[in-house]
Amino acid sequence: MSLASSSRESSTPIYFDNGATSFPKPPAVWEAMSQFMNQVGANPGRSGHRLSIEAARIVYNTRESLARLFNLADPLQVVFTLNATEALNLVVKGLLSPGDHVITGAMEHNSVMRPLREIEKTGVKLTVVGCSPTGELDPDDVAKSIRTATRLVILTHASNVTGGLMPIRDVGRLCRQKGILFAVDAAQTAGCAPIDMEADFIDLLAFTGHKALFGPQGTGGLAIGGQVEMKTFKPLKQGGTGSRSEYEIQPDFLPDLLESGTPNSVGIAGLGAGVDFVLTETPARVHRRVSMLSLRLINGISGIPGLGLVGDPRPERMVSTVSFNIHGFSPSEVGLKLDDDYNILCRVGLHCAPAAHRTLGTFPQGTVRFGLGYLNSESEIDYAVAALAEIARGGTTAMLLTPEQL
Amino acid sequence: MRSSGFGVITFNSTSHAIQAEKICRQRELQIKMIPTPRKLSSDCGISLRFDWHDREVVLAALAERNVEVDLVAALE
Repeated sequence: MSLASSSRESSTPIYFDNGATSFPKPPAVWEAMSQFMNQVGANPGRSGHRLSIEAARIVYNTRESLARLFNLADPLQVVFTLNATEALNLVVKGLLSPGDHVITGAMEHNSVMRPLREIEKTGVKLTVVGCSPTGELDPDDVAKSIRTATRLVILTHASNVTGGLMPIRDVGRLCRQKGILFAVDAAQTAGCAPIDMEADFIDLLAFTGHKALFGPQGTGGLAIGGQVEMKTFKPLKQGGTGSRSEYEIQPDFLPDLLESGTPNSVGIAGLGAGVDFVLTETPARVHRRVSMLSLRLINGISGIPGLGLVGDPRPERMVSTVSFNIHGFSPSEVGLKLDDDYNILCRVGLHCAPAAHRTLGTFPQGTVRFGLGYLNSESEIDYAVAALAEIARGGTTAMLLTPEQL
Repeated sequence: MRSSGFGVITFNSTSHAIQAEKICRQRELQIKMIPTPRKLSSDCGISLRFDWHDREVVLAALAERNVEVDLVAALE
């Protein structure tokens, strides 16, 4: 009996798509959401009754937990958005004006690239700094691209294709020395890699709630450092904030300046529980564990004939995302085999990052991507390694065991 | 005008008000969050009610943590 035929009976899928969204979530997350829906339910900051105040407390506590996680002094500088994409749009469209120059790297996700390409049409100048064929960015290349009009450098913290970490502290220090704003896309790292807005010189940190922070989809935000001049920040939208209601113009203070309309309070309640889960486990332990799981996967698949890892495989250089291809198969064929025959769920293709795949030489076919998470187990990794070996051999039969049997 | 013995602090936003509430509760000050009195603001927000005797302690606690305060008033 092959690994493939034996695993079909197993009902619980092995979830390796945490780079897209984490699953499962710690029970505290959906418990907090259920409690909010059943027992709180009210609109935070709109009314003065006790349930409205309780809703506002839950939203505030989530800001406070995020500020602690990112080492940001003032929790009111955490602004909630729908996702990291909205936060990144806010940075690009809220801070750049015609004539400004902005720098990014060649490993970016479309959540950075598309807003930048859009604002380029308005007369903002864009420089995309090249990266090595394994996706590394040299901070000196950023330094060489700086002009007098450079207002912003925006970089991903880790590639969503290779998991490769960017030298954010070096680039941040450079930006701070030059008086340039530094924005970081932490979609892949918030919750599973160390982020310190002070030590890393980050002025604007865009995060998503539903990946390594374990919140539900529809949560995310922007953490804004004290260096950012709010007078120059243009909101993407205006509207009701529950504050300064006598005025028909938008308040000029955070978080209300950038948060119009009723927030996703139930989602933010879940996000708060997810961030508290990370803080309790400790970010250092989470990072150690996902690094260990990545290393186990890399070590396991490195020896498989016909399997090629994409990116820099040194585990200290990457977070929990691993990309590869298997000779003779398209990424989508591998993904379908993993899903149908081995009960393993992952993501294949371009991962919304065409620039990164051009850099890595994997455009347009893309890669197979395993997005590991804190809640994955060693036996799941070992099983997946065996499955990939079987696929690479052309699906020959072998006596292999499911994770339950291991 | 008869004094209630309470004071009230208004804030720029609900987020500031909740921040202030949390700081006061951590110091075990006797406070209550109430809808902002109509006379103080046309706003729909919430305010922090405190014992007038604790005025200096409350304001010092908020100042120490850099919480922005809008208005401080005695409650009728």
